[in-house]
Amino acid sequence: MSNVLLEVRDVAREFDVSKPWLNRVIERQPRTILKAVDGVSFTINRGETLSLVGESGCGKSTIARVVCGLYAPSRGSVIFDGVDMAKASTSEQQQLRKRFQMIFQDPYASLNPRWRVGRIIAEPIVAHGLMSDQNEIRKKVDQLLLQVGLSPQDQEKFPHEFSGGQRQRISIARALSSNPEFLVCDEPTSALDVSVQAQILNLMKDLQREFGLTYLFISHNLAVVSHISTRVGVMYLGRLVEIADTKRIFQQPLHPYTQMLQSAIPDLKMTGKQRTPVAGEVPNPLNPPSGCTFHPRCPHANDRCKAEAPKMIEHPLGGAVACHAVEEKRIVPIKLAA
Amino acid sequence: MNDTIKRALDSDLWYSFKRHPLVITAAILSLICIFGALLAPIIAPHNPFDLKTLNLLDAFTPPAWTENGKLTYVLGTDDQGRDVLSTIMYGSRVSLLVGICAVALSMVIGITLGLISGYMGGAVDAFIMRVADIQLSFPAILIALLIDGVARVIIGKDGHDQVAIYVLIFAIAASGWVQYARTVRGSTLVERNKEYVQAARVIGRKPLIIMFSHVLPNVMGPVLVLATLHVGSAIITEATLSFLGVGVPPTQPSLGTLIRIGNDFLFSGEWWITVFPGLMLIVLVLSINIIGDWLRDALNPKLR
Repeated sequence: MSNVLLEVRDVAREFDVSKPWLNRVIERQPRTILKAVDGVSFTINRGETLSLVGESGCGKSTIARVVCGLYAPSRGSVIFDGVDMAKASTSEQQQLRKRFQMIFQDPYASLNPRWRVGRIIAEPIVAHGLMSDQNEIRKKVDQLLLQVGLSPQDQEKFPHEFSGGQRQRISIARALSSNPEFLVCDEPTSALDVSVQAQILNLMKDLQREFGLTYLFISHNLAVVSHISTRVGVMYLGRLVEIADTKRIFQQPLHPYTQMLQSAIPDLKMTGKQRTPVAGEVPNPLNPPSGCTFHPRCPHANDRCKAEAPKMIEHPLGGAVACHAVEEKRIVPIKLAA
Repeated sequence: MNDTIKRALDSDLWYSFKRHPLVITAAILSLICIFGALLAPIIAPHNPFDLKTLNLLDAFTPPAWTENGKLTYVLGTDDQGRDVLSTIMYGSRVSLLVGICAVALSMVIGITLGLISGYMGGAVDAFIMRVADIQLSFPAILIALLIDGVARVIIGKDGHDQVAIYVLIFAIAASGWVQYARTVRGSTLVERNKEYVQAARVIGRKPLIIMFSHVLPNVMGPVLVLATLHVGSAIITEATLSFLGVGVPPTQPSLGTLIRIGNDFLFSGEWWITVFPGLMLIVLVLSINIIGDWLRDALNPKLR
């Protein structure tokens, strides 16, 4: 059994955002294709947490949805425990679905408002026919509720009777009910306030330790990411620009974009350290810049960056970076205090 | 576990019900109408369709409290000496039956097509919605007339009287489903992008299960209100069709038929023949609408 649980190989996902056919014909415009994700590859090992970070619209959530099968990839493949999801038969897919679950961003939208909590949490059990006896299911749901820090009496309540943090706990209980190995968490804490965020993150870490779960964690919050991940992937405009161990990313960021993100983390100590401000805006993904998509915002950009898209290259400090400047050693790794 | 859920739901509804006197009044009125209709053969003072008991000398008796009224005919009699109160009770049987069955049938058709249309999208959606558009470009009465005409040709005149009610129900349902389909499709388009539907997809539920057990309960609110209003309009459509001679046979008049019969005598002063069935219709439809409105609020967990 290999240690790699999930492999994402050169995945791309395009969306057709064209105007209606009649408008296109009259205005003589071609189809407009939005490349939300453009050739992303990474692997996740068993028991680890890989976080994907990036600004809004960089394609992190799209990756989460492709991994879960909510979107079919336009190119590339998602391989879960050695099985290519796109090529698996329907029954194989059913088997695989049991083994991964997803936690969504908005705890107010991800629970059916007309279902009682007990039924919501038991849904994966019922869908996969894991248990048939009502009492057995009830006991399992009681146990799950206790595990996520709620009480068994909450089974009879509706989702609207709970706060955001409690609802996210219900989401987690639902995700755990089919005993999955792999959880895709699409910004599970970004809709919660800071004190509750910490509770949910700690709960997720505890559950990971208890059940040996593997997480793909999507977030734009670097503080959250540094707290929970083993490895971090930084995304920019549909591409992965840097991936490495959490420690390396936070202490020795190599890619200029990662360095910019680092500088943007607020610092209560007011150390007066030198910051590279995040300059400019994310370009329009409908019309991405040539070459390295980051070059209009990059202080190290030269002519090569404008012409040629960089490839992910392994770096001696660990992980991989897609940057010409790093490859040509124009960027000296900066060492940040932990 | 099912029982406890039912009990809890009952008690929530009951609590809300007790706090709305208008709804209580409406419920009592519609219960009186419905029981009056259901129990007509037992409690009606006369049997207006038993020709032996009819006396033409009693024709045009005014209501009991007027000068020439008789106590046996509380609400007066019509041109053939039939007791108006009894005809109303028998008539509302037919009206309610046609109204409720037609609404139920068009709900089933409309909700199913609306859910499929909204959830599947694409070509299926386009096809169903174009059919709905075509359907809407014909007046409901015309469709009902057409269906009735076809049924007459196929079944023949003699058989037709026996199946007239079913043809009528089908005809009204066939013109009513579009509203449900459109309402449900609109709400489904909103619901299908919500994360709880995506969660169900990740769990691996089949599209039909997602449609009926996840999406449907969340789109039922507007449908319920629509359905109650539709019971009223279905009863009225039925009356119109009866007026045009394609409705229920005259041997089993509905409320609409009674209003139409009475209409002929309105200007000669026999107002009671048409006014009382009309009042009955108003009371019935109004109380059903009030109940539907309250149900919408009471069943919405967010407003509870």
